[in-house]
Amino acid sequence: MVVDFSGRITLGEGSALMRKTIRGLLEDQRTKILLNLADVDYIDSSGIGELVSGFTAVKNRSGDLKLLHLTKKVRDLLQITKLFTVFDVYTDEPTALRSFNS
Amino acid sequence: MAPDTKHLEVTLETQVESVNLAEEMCLRVAEAAGFGEDDCYRIGMSVREGVINAFLTVIRSAREKKIYLAVDLTSDKMIIHVLDEGTGFKLSDVPDPLAEENLLSTSGRGIFLMRAFMDEFDVLSGRTGGAEIVMSKKLPAPGSTPANGQGGQSATPQQEA
Repeated sequence: MVVDFSGRITLGEGSALMRKTIRGLLEDQRTKILLNLADVDYIDSSGIGELVSGFTAVKNRSGDLKLLHLTKKVRDLLQITKLFTVFDVYTDEPTALRSFNS
Repeated sequence: MAPDTKHLEVTLETQVESVNLAEEMCLRVAEAAGFGEDDCYRIGMSVREGVINAFLTVIRSAREKKIYLAVDLTSDKMIIHVLDEGTGFKLSDVPDPLAEENLLSTSGRGIFLMRAFMDEFDVLSGRTGGAEIVMSKKLPAPGSTPANGQGGQSATPQQEA
């Protein structure tokens, strides 16, 4: 399942929407999730926390949550918070999708 | 306060909208002061994180409490104060979000980001008894790149099969 996010993932609606989306997918037994963040131009600590929370929730269901097409700002934030080493990050969708079956 | 210092102060309600309001307000000041796009992003993010920190501190006790935001623009730097009416905290008590055991924590990165993005950062005991975050960024040299703002809408997901 590929989920395209856009705009800002911040305290309030953005973070809540991400949480609701990931929880909804898990309820539907979809545990292989690729978040396309190509159009996410801003993320704050609440958004980062929500990404981590989603990652942990999916892992706890023996699934995988991976990231696709990070913008420079999001990539930089994940790097300085050392989360770039935690998430599987991809720059092209076919490779990312194949990785779920490897 | 030095005679050439410009001072702006606002009292914020303890609600999510105050975070966006504080960020917007400080971004406008930063842009007017001549900061470039990258610095505006860092200042906006730091203000955002400061107010989120105050919001999360205050909301645990009472929603009617206020958050005080002040901006001083001196001849050489922009100084931002975020004061809450909580019980305060010590920087030394804040866990390191880069420590292996904290990497998957869902919170606790705000202080780290403010420290990373601003030139100076400290947490004092405020006049209200709560924490007062004080952070600053040196003004850009005259003639450097003009500033651009940040913007955008809340995230909207679209699912594909």
